[in-house]
Amino acid sequence: MTPAGNERLLKWVAPLAVGILALLAWHVLVKAFDVPKFLVPSPDLVLETLIADRELLFGSLLVTLKITFGAFFMAVIIGTVVAFLFVQSRWVERSFFPYAVLLQVTPIVAIAPLIIIWVRNTTAALIVCATIVALFPIVSNTTLGLRSVNPGLLNLFRMNKATRWQTLTQLRIPSAAPYFFGGLRISSGLALIGAVVAEFVAGTGGTGAGLAYQILQAGYQINIPRLFAALLLITVTGVLLFLLMVFLSKLALSSWHESEVVHES
Amino acid sequence: MSAVVAASAGSREPVVEIRAADKVFANGTRALGPVDLTVRDGEFVTLLGPSGCGKSTLLNMIANLIAPSSGQLAWWRKGFDDVGEPGRKLVMVFQDATLMPWARVQRNVRLPLDLARMSRTEGDARVADALELVGLTGFEASYPRQLSGGMQMRVSIARALVTEPNLLLMDEPFGALDEITRTKLDADLIRLWWRKKLTVVFVTHSIYEAIFLSTRVVVMAARPGRVLEDVVIDEPHPRTDDFRVTQKFAGYAKVLSELLAEASAKGATDL
Repeated sequence: MTPAGNERLLKWVAPLAVGILALLAWHVLVKAFDVPKFLVPSPDLVLETLIADRELLFGSLLVTLKITFGAFFMAVIIGTVVAFLFVQSRWVERSFFPYAVLLQVTPIVAIAPLIIIWVRNTTAALIVCATIVALFPIVSNTTLGLRSVNPGLLNLFRMNKATRWQTLTQLRIPSAAPYFFGGLRISSGLALIGAVVAEFVAGTGGTGAGLAYQILQAGYQINIPRLFAALLLITVTGVLLFLLMVFLSKLALSSWHESEVVHES
Repeated sequence: MSAVVAASAGSREPVVEIRAADKVFANGTRALGPVDLTVRDGEFVTLLGPSGCGKSTLLNMIANLIAPSSGQLAWWRKGFDDVGEPGRKLVMVFQDATLMPWARVQRNVRLPLDLARMSRTEGDARVADALELVGLTGFEASYPRQLSGGMQMRVSIARALVTEPNLLLMDEPFGALDEITRTKLDADLIRLWWRKKLTVVFVTHSIYEAIFLSTRVVVMAARPGRVLEDVVIDEPHPRTDDFRVTQKFAGYAKVLSELLAEASAKGATDL
């Protein structure tokens, strides 16, 4: 086996094998012990339900995705702006950072009812909740990145009489990029979690029902296969989001940054 | 010929004049001085001394990165505000190559010109010249991580040369490199200095590097950092590696190592 082949085996085949084995075990155990489907449905039944209820579930997925991406987008915009403000002066950072932490540590379920009351539009309210959850990693990572400038390069820029703007665009932003993308990875996952949690709290039904609502309803109706199917959709969405962020990070950094460089040796 | 260089140096225009400059840190530690030093046009002056003798502090002062606690500095007989005008350009090469890892060699070298808002076409022509001077033509599209330590240092020097400086400050630029690479870069640097009629202030703790490169070696002592002795290296330019194995070279090495021993001993008694 060549080293490259070994690497591929490790990266794809090994985790895939674990997944298939787990699914097989799940299937065999459910069949062997004759577990009722309102407790644990077999994997094939989950898949069947997913296909049968596709209109309902994928419609809800779309709603959840809308909230997730809306919140993620807002978190990136607001988080980046806040980080830029923080690095403009130590005073600004010292004054406001504790409140950023406050926002981070307050459980979203505790403030979601308030936000849902304050913000009329349900979708907007849910986006606000999820944004609060997803915001912090962008703020802290980008701030750290903008500050993590090689002091030698900073001296060089100073000696060349670089303006504040030049230092920002040509030195601070590229230096911060790896940290920013690290923040994106964490934040994208949190946006999805925030969206689902906020949907749970809001419990909105009707046409605006997200996946969390389907899970709640399926639970009430003891429609466990549908619950599993909805859960599967959320998980797959989370994984795809993560992979998207990995891809973006590779796209932006692969030419130079250690974390993304493929070493020949 | 060298005698001419050395003797005539005294009458040349001063590039940097340092008068009674010292540096006392906030905690009361005296890092430097008071020091007097004049560097004249076309000189290659090396600051040599044990660690803690303030040679880097002095160099940073000349670069205007550190302000003296008291005393005065003049550049081309004027204040620092006029530095950067044609004929009064100062650049510094650091101990690390300090390249932007996200930028290719081309953009790294062009950086000072970009910051000065020079047009792309004019800048690229200058970059090509600078890369040729340091022997890196053909590496424009490389990223720093693809280059060896010695080549990264060459990029750093090219970035300094691209501004067509008059005064080049170098803070142990080859200190982190292996001996073979260092010797090669020393030889290339001295050729550059000769060709471009630069004035260089160079910091090192290597006696051999100091002798090979310099027209004048300023030996410094520690605690407090001060100038111990000023040694003129009376050897014609352009120098080749043959100089390193001459009797004269060995003689200078003896003088300088005795001075360094003295500098260290004096420092030790102060402890």
